[in-house]
Amino acid sequence: MITLLLFAELAERLNTKEMQIDASGKSLKEVKEMVKEQHEGIAHVIDQSMIAVNEEYAEGTEVLKDGDVIAFIPPVSGG
Amino acid sequence: MENLYEITRDPISIEAIVKKVEHPHAGAINTFIGTVRELTHGKRTIYLAYEAYESMAVKKLAQIGEEIKKKWPDTRAAITHRIGQLKISEIAVVIAVSTPHRNDSYEASRYAIERIKEIVPIWKKEHWEDGEKWMGDQLEKVAYPTGKPPKGDE
Repeated sequence: MITLLLFAELAERLNTKEMQIDASGKSLKEVKEMVKEQHEGIAHVIDQSMIAVNEEYAEGTEVLKDGDVIAFIPPVSGG
Repeated sequence: MENLYEITRDPISIEAIVKKVEHPHAGAINTFIGTVRELTHGKRTIYLAYEAYESMAVKKLAQIGEEIKKKWPDTRAAITHRIGQLKISEIAVVIAVSTPHRNDSYEASRYAIERIKEIVPIWKKEHWEDGEKWMGDQLEKVAYPTGKPPKGDE
């Protein structure tokens, strides 16, 4: 299983900050599409988001393994 | 070893952040203080709520510090960002940069705040009298077709 962390608008719209996903062996891009299909209402926010794997920004081609923690990072607005 | 890069829920002491970058080789310390603005394009903010992916945010603040050291040698940087609910005029972020010569301190300080707005996972929700909205600087300024933010030029 991998852990998906959600923040800001994504966490609010899905009413959760964390999801467990059976996605070992899948690529980041595949996981992104999977979550978008399951939650169509927030697909556009996911499309605007960056993705981090284990606290580092990652490309879509990366293949996930058990225990990975990924995060959808909606457009940031610190400062 | 004190922490140069922090996310906090408490009010930030400017003095404490400045202290972290004091150094005999420094000829300048520049501080940037980001505060909560009441009016944005005529819209009145009541308060802001900041949220962060804390562990990653600290790492990304440290990365900015490393980028600064490469670009401006002998620079020391410390950054603290506050999260939670903030009222008008409260301090959201303090950046302190010390450098041997003053010009670099201005440039490095500016670089730090711009990079925060690009790569640090912190989000701001504006609360108005008639509504609320999560803000996103990436939307206003930069697109990330690859899903990754731009690298600092290394």
